[in-house]
Amino acid sequence: MNYKTENIKRLIIKEPLKLECGKTIKDYPLAYETYGNLNENKDNAILVFHALTGDQFASGVNPVTKREGWWDVAIGPNKAIDTNKYFVLCANVLGGCMGTFGPKEINKETQEPYGLNFPVITIKDMVSAQKSLLDHLKINKLLCALGGSMGGMQLLQFCASFPDLTFSAIPIACSSSHSAQNIALNELARQAIMADPEWKKGSYGKNKSLPKNGLAVARMAGHISYLSESGLQERFGRKLQEKADYEFSFNADFQVESYLRHQGYSFVDRFDANSYLYITRAMDYFDLTRQYKKGLVEAFEEQKTKFLVISFSSDWLYPTKQSKDIVIALNASGANVAFAEIKTDKGHDSFLVKEPKFLTVIKNFIDSSYEVFKK
Amino acid sequence: MRIEFKIIADLLPNNSRVLDVGCGDGTLMKFLYEEKNIDVRGLELNKENVETCISKGLSVIEGNAENELGQFPEKSFDFVILSQTLQAFYNPVTVLDHLLRIGKASIVSVPNFGHWKVRTNLLFFGKMPETKSLPYKWYNTPNLHMCTIKDFYELCEEKKINMEKIIGINNNKTSLIHNNNIKLKNLFSEVGIFLIS
Repeated sequence: MNYKTENIKRLIIKEPLKLECGKTIKDYPLAYETYGNLNENKDNAILVFHALTGDQFASGVNPVTKREGWWDVAIGPNKAIDTNKYFVLCANVLGGCMGTFGPKEINKETQEPYGLNFPVITIKDMVSAQKSLLDHLKINKLLCALGGSMGGMQLLQFCASFPDLTFSAIPIACSSSHSAQNIALNELARQAIMADPEWKKGSYGKNKSLPKNGLAVARMAGHISYLSESGLQERFGRKLQEKADYEFSFNADFQVESYLRHQGYSFVDRFDANSYLYITRAMDYFDLTRQYKKGLVEAFEEQKTKFLVISFSSDWLYPTKQSKDIVIALNASGANVAFAEIKTDKGHDSFLVKEPKFLTVIKNFIDSSYEVFKK
Repeated sequence: MRIEFKIIADLLPNNSRVLDVGCGDGTLMKFLYEEKNIDVRGLELNKENVETCISKGLSVIEGNAENELGQFPEKSFDFVILSQTLQAFYNPVTVLDHLLRIGKASIVSVPNFGHWKVRTNLLFFGKMPETKSLPYKWYNTPNLHMCTIKDFYELCEEKKINMEKIIGINNNKTSLIHNNNIKLKNLFSEVGIFLIS
């Protein structure tokens, strides 16, 4: 995938960032996008953290892929996160492939993409980079910060690292430490990529060869984990793909197969395989309890932020139990926290699709937070 | 707003920290926040109620008080409120212990099974009582452990719980209950509100 940089807002962060792995980066680009206008008091800013395969183009049409922004369902004029009223900010994560410093960035010393020479990054590193963006825009305190899945993990890290930088926070369908099942699924995806002969230990790209098959399989595995059993069953059942009977072959006889193949192979046009490795690794290393001796409770000590934790009843990737653990820790540390489990059969992906109850709850929470914060 | 909420609100000092267990749609919480600047949190089982509360800007956690009160640290609130719900728990005494652990004080209200209408219902008609504060059939009542004002009073005595104030409600009128008038008040109060610690 290639993009024209004129479509992308890039901030060059000069300040050196010491990564958790020990290496230091500086003068690195952070790509971001904004929606709506920052008001005079600078009290209407909302920071959105994107998930594994997201990017900074949360709303409207993504100018690079020409597809709908990944959270267009929630962000826009008169939507749940109303850009007529609020200033919404979203940055591509460190390690990403939409303009921010990542493994496909050209290494000036070798004039080749970094590939596996890119340093291993963590959720904490991603958050530190995004804090620089807030400094650049001179935003001292956000009205709200929110994100689902890996976005929620960044948000938890953001709140722990900077206890008074946002008035309210909505961690959605996430976890304070990646579970064995989460890691296992990510490892499956990584192994699929690395098993593709075109991957070439990360130095693909010459002669336009890309590990498309590996990345597509990784995406398919991921996609299954984002949906619920009942959701899949209801949508596809055993329906056949444009045929009356079995073909007795390995072609995509079933609709669900055809759907997965489409999801997998359309993904390879817009995402970098090495980015997928680096970002899933960052997710696996995420364990907020590891950073604090007394565990999660200490991570959330001195929280002034008002939290709304949300989970989805049919999410088996980041199940309600993991959200409840966050709520318990917040409660134990005396933080202000609300929690709702949204009943839906749309699985982990519920936050990305039109789920009216969910959208209403976040809208009302943000609007009521603004009424208090703007005073 | 029910009169009971007004009485509970009067018992709470301004600017205190309060946990409302079984907060329903947040009517009392909103009142406490707006009128008395109370830092109030809620715990509620019903999903629709939780969504309503959050939409009002109230910090409410979806959960079951029966097994989720353990997450709140000791003395983390000035007051813990439990309004007419104690009788619906499998283990009311465990819940009561939690309320007193979490709050410096607690306000517990009980629908009075000793009210004369309840007594006459059973005595004259031989049927399970249905009244204003107990509007259920025997087969769909959520109430597992009904008690009278006197029963709860005796439980507090037995557990050496300090009863700072007891208020009875009858026909929207309130009166103080103490050791000397409890037999009579147990006959004429529909609801008893206990401030305990």
